[in-house]
Amino acid sequence: MSVSREAIFGRIRRALGDRPARANDYDAIPRAYRRGGAIDPDARLALFQSRIEHYDGGVHRCGANAIADTIAAVLASRRKRRLVVAAGVPPAWLAPRVEWIAEADTANEDLDAIDGAITGCSVAIAATGTIVLRHGASEGRRALTLIPDYHLCVVFADQVVETVPEGIARAQGAPLLTTISGPSATADIEMTRIKGVHGPRTLDVVLVGGPP
Amino acid sequence: MLISLFITCYKDTLFPDTGKAVVRVLERLGHRVEFRSAQTCCGQMHYNTGYTADARALMEKFVRDFDGAETICAPSASCVAMIRDHYPKMAAASGDAGLHRRVDELVPRVFEFTELLVDKLGVTDVGASFPHAVTLHTSCHSIRSLQLGDRPARLLRAVRGLELRELADADQCCGFGGTFAVKNADVSAAMGADKARRVVETGAAVCAAADNSCLLQIGGTLTQRGEPVRCLHVAEILAAGDGR
Amino acid sequence: MIRVGRAAEAPPFPVAAKRALGNAQLRRNVRHATNVIRGKRAVVVGEMPDWEQLRDAAHAIKEHTVRYLDFYLEQFEENCTRAGGSVHWAADADEANRIVIDIMRAAGRTEMIKVKTMTSDETGLNRALEAAGLVPHETDLADLIIQLGEDRPSHIVVPALHLNRTEIRDIFRGAMNRAELTDRPEELAAAARQFLREKFLRVDAGFSGANFAIADSGSICVVESEGNGRMCVTLPRVLITLVGVEKVIPRFQDLEVFLQVLARSATGERMNPYNSIWTGVTPGDGPQEVHVVLLDNGRTAVLQDEASRETLDCIRCAACLNACPVYQQTGGHAYGSIYSGPIGAILTPQLQSMEHSRSLPYASSLCGACYEACPVKIDIPEILIHLRERLVDAGEAPAGERWSMKAAAAAFASERRLGAAQKAARLAQWPFARHGQLSHLPPPLNAWTEHRALAAIPPQSFREWWATRERAGGA
Repeated sequence: MSVSREAIFGRIRRALGDRPARANDYDAIPRAYRRGGAIDPDARLALFQSRIEHYDGGVHRCGANAIADTIAAVLASRRKRRLVVAAGVPPAWLAPRVEWIAEADTANEDLDAIDGAITGCSVAIAATGTIVLRHGASEGRRALTLIPDYHLCVVFADQVVETVPEGIARAQGAPLLTTISGPSATADIEMTRIKGVHGPRTLDVVLVGGPP
Repeated sequence: MLISLFITCYKDTLFPDTGKAVVRVLERLGHRVEFRSAQTCCGQMHYNTGYTADARALMEKFVRDFDGAETICAPSASCVAMIRDHYPKMAAASGDAGLHRRVDELVPRVFEFTELLVDKLGVTDVGASFPHAVTLHTSCHSIRSLQLGDRPARLLRAVRGLELRELADADQCCGFGGTFAVKNADVSAAMGADKARRVVETGAAVCAAADNSCLLQIGGTLTQRGEPVRCLHVAEILAAGDGR
Repeated sequence: MIRVGRAAEAPPFPVAAKRALGNAQLRRNVRHATNVIRGKRAVVVGEMPDWEQLRDAAHAIKEHTVRYLDFYLEQFEENCTRAGGSVHWAADADEANRIVIDIMRAAGRTEMIKVKTMTSDETGLNRALEAAGLVPHETDLADLIIQLGEDRPSHIVVPALHLNRTEIRDIFRGAMNRAELTDRPEELAAAARQFLREKFLRVDAGFSGANFAIADSGSICVVESEGNGRMCVTLPRVLITLVGVEKVIPRFQDLEVFLQVLARSATGERMNPYNSIWTGVTPGDGPQEVHVVLLDNGRTAVLQDEASRETLDCIRCAACLNACPVYQQTGGHAYGSIYSGPIGAILTPQLQSMEHSRSLPYASSLCGACYEACPVKIDIPEILIHLRERLVDAGEAPAGERWSMKAAAAAFASERRLGAAQKAARLAQWPFARHGQLSHLPPPLNAWTEHRALAAIPPQSFREWWATRERAGGA
């Protein structure tokens, strides 16, 4: 056991002295903030869309049987032709006229030369325009949505929650988590918000389900 | 109502007109005013500068001097904040249960002047007339500690002939900060300069505040620059124009 | 040795502040930047109906965590280790640097890509690495600017806030050998992207701090905007994270509070672009050798004082800096510490057990704007006063001030003494008074009259007027 570890714990315990039961103390933390959502599903989706668009992300709504066509159209409009695909992405989403490269066939250096990545997500938060990835099969390893300059994410209507607490609750239990709220940005130069320093500079969301 | 005045040490010495104005307004409203001459200082300067033992001695004296007073009025947001925010803590830390009890009984009876008028006496029109353009600096203690909100502004708006002009960055500190004004004089002066600039920008003839400490800083800066803006405590404006 | 950057050697605040006040460009930049963030913060905070409840919860979670800090640190260590991470303990700055260097050497690495963390500035890591022949590459745009410009950070969240676009362009032109660069912010950012991309894909050791160390999962959370953080914690095979012991939070669930208040307070956004959370090692994704170095470096000293231990609740959002009218005048360098502004004024001296940075608790007019802005409700003004009390009790107050305070306390001891003091002051002012104004006063009051007029003491005090009125029979 490290000497410093013992010294640090010794100082902590001396400073804090006797204390009541920890669990009771944790349960006594006041949580009067909003935990659940208050708006209906349509409003939730509209809010999510407006937040993503505020970040200059694209949002494209479609029904469950138009996913591949919508993806194809979005990619054509963005002129993206070679994309890496997370292993668990359903083949039914992958329209022709785009070169789809399997995640397993890409090392990180290869990703630098690819147009973009396509993934699903775990949960999306409307209030903040946030996409949450837990990097399971349909989301791919973290480098996939980091190195290429473009990310297309398929989000289903029932994956969209309103509030951050709801999103965090659904995101629990995975060892890896990435939350994405718009493309990367900096305001380090005279407080001018510049989009896209590292990480994908363009984000498109295909939002499946809900009203047309 | 009998109202016991806590005039505060620096207003007693440097700004007696503020105290006179408070007396005039309260008597005009039909109340009796007493001044317990034993009073000296609430201890804020010592407390804020880290001289807690001295501050505690002054607190104990304050509690003795105002023993039995039902309603205490001080025309100083910072002194009332000292009493309301820090006396209970100091009394608890003293380990003196009797002192703690006396402080807990006394603190709810202490009012800042505009609080007294609006909340306790229920008036916003005190029968004043002051036909000038006035801008109001909202002192840090008035907005953050006492949360007086718009009470001073409402009182001024009810003054006949008075034109209240909005002060930009009104909630920015004027830079006085007690001993800060001397220990960090350069920064204090820079903050005062920004505040004075905002005051002059309003074009008002008078700058008002609920604390003479702020007016000392703002007024001192304005005078240094040769600006003709007068600095008056809110009480002085409320005392004006009643024929006396 | 406990170290807080170069705070121990810094000039006192009044001296450094005077210098900063003379730099008009700096003051313009600082004012512009803080005004912008304050404005954005006001909007995104104003739209939250439960903002005060979130602050209450954030405060309570942090207070609870600090109260049971040993428990949560143990829990974090256990869970992180179980997930394949290696947990190390650093009592002070020197030990932290040594641990990092040892890890690098054991892994055969000579370069590292770093994502912003004040903690490594605190320990002076870069200097130690360079002395050991290792090469750190800063990758945050602002820290890159600071590194290339051989400067020091002046704000916790926007470290290059004191520089404008032209100054940044000049730094990049020189360091990146790009004479053609203009000062358009978009172009400067693109230049940084290109400059750093090569490093992200090549350098095989990463270094980060942590915004939160989650005890119940053993995870680390890094909050960022640019994407360089994700690069540094994902691409290299070796990852080292340095984190202050006070950064631990009890449960993953508690992020629901902190992720809401942090971005809104720090940059005035509803959510910052990227949050990254990882737990030890995940095969096939990211670093396969993960280290977490838990740092004391004075934090347990802060813990000793119950009245100011709340300082450890800080989540480094810098909302207090943006709100502070003193910081707005001087910028961060005047505080002589990487932790500047209101939080710096209470944290910096306490980390060093009040041995250094003693002028910082006085660098405040106690206006309370910081407390109002703080998302975890640290009562900074109260702690500033408490630290002043500690300094006075330790005999650190200047003799002149002690004397003045004693004299004032004596004058306030009774009405007779106060009346006598008032009369004496009126007499004593006579040589300095002209046309109702006082000038050329002796120290310390000359500090006032250097910048501001001071009206002479009126000939009659309020109590004298009242006494006259009473004798004349009342109203």
